[in-house]
Amino acid sequence: MTLLENKSADIPAPREITTKPRVSDRIFRTIVTGVGALSVTILTLIGLFLASRGFATFREEGLSFITGFEWQQYTDDAGNRVSNLGIGAMLIGTILVAVVALIVAVPLSVFCALYLTFYAPTKVKNGLVTLIDLMASFPSILFGMWGYFVLMPSAEYWAKLLNKYLGWIPVFDVQAPLFTRSPFIAGLVLATMIIPIVTSVSREVFSQTPLDRIQAAYALGANKWSVIKTVVLPFGANGVVGGSMLGLGRALGETVAVFTVLNIVYAPNFQVLFGAGGNVASHIIAYWSDATEYETGALLGAGFVLFLMTLLVNFSADFIVNRAVTKGK
Amino acid sequence: MSTVNTQIPAPARPWQKTPREVMPTVIILVLSLLTVTAIVEFTELKGKLAYFLLFLPLGTGAQFFWARYKYGVKAAKDVIASSIMMTGAIAVFIPVISIVVTTFAKGIPGISIALFTNDMGEASFVDPVGSGGLLHAIVGTLFLILISVLISVPMGMLTALYLTEIRGPGSRFIQFMVQAMSGVPSVVAGLFIFSAVILTTPLDTSGFVASLALSILMIPTVTRASQEVLLLIPNDLREAGLAMGATQWRTVAMIVVPAAKSGLITASILGVARIAGETAPLIFTLGGADKLNTNPVYGIQSALPFYIWTGFRLGTPESVQRSWSGILVLLVIVLILFTLARVVGSNSKAAK
Repeated sequence: MTLLENKSADIPAPREITTKPRVSDRIFRTIVTGVGALSVTILTLIGLFLASRGFATFREEGLSFITGFEWQQYTDDAGNRVSNLGIGAMLIGTILVAVVALIVAVPLSVFCALYLTFYAPTKVKNGLVTLIDLMASFPSILFGMWGYFVLMPSAEYWAKLLNKYLGWIPVFDVQAPLFTRSPFIAGLVLATMIIPIVTSVSREVFSQTPLDRIQAAYALGANKWSVIKTVVLPFGANGVVGGSMLGLGRALGETVAVFTVLNIVYAPNFQVLFGAGGNVASHIIAYWSDATEYETGALLGAGFVLFLMTLLVNFSADFIVNRAVTKGK
Repeated sequence: MSTVNTQIPAPARPWQKTPREVMPTVIILVLSLLTVTAIVEFTELKGKLAYFLLFLPLGTGAQFFWARYKYGVKAAKDVIASSIMMTGAIAVFIPVISIVVTTFAKGIPGISIALFTNDMGEASFVDPVGSGGLLHAIVGTLFLILISVLISVPMGMLTALYLTEIRGPGSRFIQFMVQAMSGVPSVVAGLFIFSAVILTTPLDTSGFVASLALSILMIPTVTRASQEVLLLIPNDLREAGLAMGATQWRTVAMIVVPAAKSGLITASILGVARIAGETAPLIFTLGGADKLNTNPVYGIQSALPFYIWTGFRLGTPESVQRSWSGILVLLVIVLILFTLARVVGSNSKAAK
């Protein structure tokens, strides 16, 4: 007992163990953290600036800025500015074009992703994955020009066929036989643009399917399709939804390709095959060059609405993809 | 003494289909192709679409019934699924090939040496293709790329370092924000810089201001690609550096970053490829000059996407031809960047 007490008196006070960084480290960490916060700052600034510039419009137009189907402003005889600006028609157009794009792109991308993950021989697979990555890096104006000059003649023919045989469905009806530059064709161009995104996200999720489950299914005598149906698709469904939403985010905000292909007409149009329509982004471009100061503010406000829309879609997409990817682990 | 058989038997591959098993499929496909050709020749259905519409159900259906007859319903479903997926994959790759082929076919007639040595100062877009050129646009694009790289590469990489090295309390949130930022539409980036710089500060449209808008699009691309590479660096390296008594700053600067060097270069190239063809932000921020302007900070400039855009909007045969030539130059730039990124990226994998 005494021996122990004596010993304890000799033990020096414990050395302070700290993880306190040195000065150089502190500078480093401050700089890196500061830059790391940049993305938050930029996103906030985008929201703030666009909202503040569009504020005058929001106040004057009120809710009809979102729901209004008219975009006109003029000075009446008394010199007062009369304005009636609403982006409702363009919101409809945006959603219409994006939905066409999704309907075309998602099944194709899922088939392609499944083919790449489970069917393609390694060499073919590597080549095709490179092609998809390449496709993702094509500039949007290239898609637009291609859509206008190459895809449009074929797509016009397809549109006529659709109209001829399915014209009794209101969506495929047209008010006049004008089949070029329609939301349908713009949707097809957008579909080619979002296919790389949807394919690569789906492929990533499919390839993370737990191998033991796949092998278990094979061991039970399943063939490839049964494995895909019972193991891969249920596992990857969330990823496909998330990837599609990422594609939707891109499709909602696409400007140049839509402007190139679509006949921008400011009117609500639900008929996908009829050659008139628009989306918010292309509307901004179309009215930009000869906008008055007040109109410019309104266009910036429209940009704010577009920003919020894509932000919302992207947030939910990330959320879904992350959940899908971490679920398997 | 029995002789030892030294011959090694070829490895059996029971899963591989024998020629006898493949033969029916080939025969069915050829037969259905012939039938489709006959139908297209002799009935009212015409064109490539008819081929596609007929061949797909006919070929798939015939294979389905063959497999059903030979192996049963489950195998038949498997056959259908694989044929649909193959069709999907082919349908995805037709546009890529079509885009590349069209661009070369339509762009090459307008390519000449004069195109690369002249600007549009004296010529108009509707003039015959021989006059004028896109020197000003190429110079403008190079300046845009240069300035955007100078801004975005440090920003993007430092953000990636924050996410991988510091892993502060806000990492998850910032990760989320970077993802969200990469989804910002290009037109919104242009509008933001227009309202935040051109309307607010004395700066007017110029190459520098346009680069700011492009940087907003480039930073998240660089961040995400760099982050992927940095995550691949084994933690042992970092721990080894710290164990040798290095500060975190020196570990990152002298071990982590050099180890990830080629991957980081790839990340920057991917970022450049992302913005090289961006058109929408330039409409608000660049101004669009017809003459060569080598000062990116003052005065309006041009860029390849802007040149293409102008030519397309005018819509005359000459101006559209100019657009196609411009797009060919742009596509070649993108292809070069893409190949560079691949080559550098694969080198980094080989080094490991």
